[in-house]
Amino acid sequence: MMKKRIQLLDEQLIIKDASKALGMPGRRLFGKRALSLGALSMLSGCGLTDESSVEKMLMSISRFNDGAQALLFDPSQLAQTYPESMITTPFPFNAFYGEAEVPEIEEDYTLELSGMIANKDEWTLAALAALPQTSQITRHICVEGWSAIGKWGGVVFGDFLKRVGADTTAKFVGFRCADDYFTSIDMATALHPQTLLTLTFADQVLPAKYGYPMKLRMPTKLGYKNPKHITEIFVSNTNPGGYWEDQGYNWFGGS
Amino acid sequence: MNSLAIETIKPIHPVWMRVTHWLNAIAVVIMVMSGWKIYNASPIFDFKFPGAITLGGWLGGAIQWHFAAMWLFAVNGIFYVTLNILSGRYRAKFWPINIGGLFNDAKQALSGKLAHDDLSNYNMVQKSAYLLVTLALTILILSGLVVWKSVQFPLLLSLMSGYDNARVVHFWAMAFVMIFLLIHLVMVALVPRTLLTMFRGR
Repeated sequence: MMKKRIQLLDEQLIIKDASKALGMPGRRLFGKRALSLGALSMLSGCGLTDESSVEKMLMSISRFNDGAQALLFDPSQLAQTYPESMITTPFPFNAFYGEAEVPEIEEDYTLELSGMIANKDEWTLAALAALPQTSQITRHICVEGWSAIGKWGGVVFGDFLKRVGADTTAKFVGFRCADDYFTSIDMATALHPQTLLTLTFADQVLPAKYGYPMKLRMPTKLGYKNPKHITEIFVSNTNPGGYWEDQGYNWFGGS
Repeated sequence: MNSLAIETIKPIHPVWMRVTHWLNAIAVVIMVMSGWKIYNASPIFDFKFPGAITLGGWLGGAIQWHFAAMWLFAVNGIFYVTLNILSGRYRAKFWPINIGGLFNDAKQALSGKLAHDDLSNYNMVQKSAYLLVTLALTILILSGLVVWKSVQFPLLLSLMSGYDNARVVHFWAMAFVMIFLLIHLVMVALVPRTLLTMFRGR
């Protein structure tokens, strides 16, 4: 099962790597081989079939680490902000596909709301733009290790959730995206003052490659937790998981 | 000396020290090998670690290994340092350190003349090496906390001069530990009795 998933992942990552012309397309395959090697060398006492039990153990520690990060998360602790002069240009494009595959959004786009939300009316971009706007310059940290500073503007997400009557005692907020990406976050982070439902990047309408029509921007979480091209937001008490999270990236993904 | 006498003399390394040593060795190997895989996802310098010596298979797997082993590494490390302080082992084994003695012992060691008659005594080179690697491991934890949770540790973030620099500090502290490990293994090969001591205590 792990192998299948890794293979699937490899294909996606290789496509991504190739399209970014980063070279070394074989490195993920190399890594795949290292998985069995590494797992074996760590498990001299266990049988060869125990790879999945190791995987299970690592997954359950990852769930434990979700809890540890939730404890560590301070709802009032703000991420560092930066002056305009420190903005990274060009800001790197990053997705699980190449830049040519960025989804096109139809003109009659509306944002859907579902789950534990009182007012599930759809939102047009104009209506969202009419809400009080704010902007911030923060560091985007990718799970790969690189980071880049950008300026995002939009609606404070906690205010939006309260405005639509979301049940903020629920545990999770989930996101579905136009590029079939999906992810979910904890309610505490959703209500963090720097968590923004952003409509602009660098004071311009959010460009397609950075997530038009909207991106949820959280400087308190790693890049893959920040969904782009959002089409639906829902509130739930069941953990909806996520595209990368279901493949093994840590669910909480805090920074 | 008969075998009974050997059984009853105080071990060179107390049992807690041997246990924490080997648990630390396991944790460090897992963290370093998975750390190399994580490094490879976005290298700081113009090279990558060969995939065959990394752990985790892909970035997500490597991160899972890294953040699983960190608990073993941290809890075991805190236990080791606390017991060293409380038992008086740090004072007994590592005090005093003097620079003159360090140079003298280093010179003797390099010319192959340094005696290892009594393994319960650390020479100045050993004292410095063991304390410095403990310091490097501590720096690895502190810089690692910043790379892991830069928002939640603002003071550490300043101490490391920002997120990107924390990665560089993390790398060099790892490199120091690797150099220590290399020398450590060579020394064990040169004085194999020390390996037995670390298992049996004497």
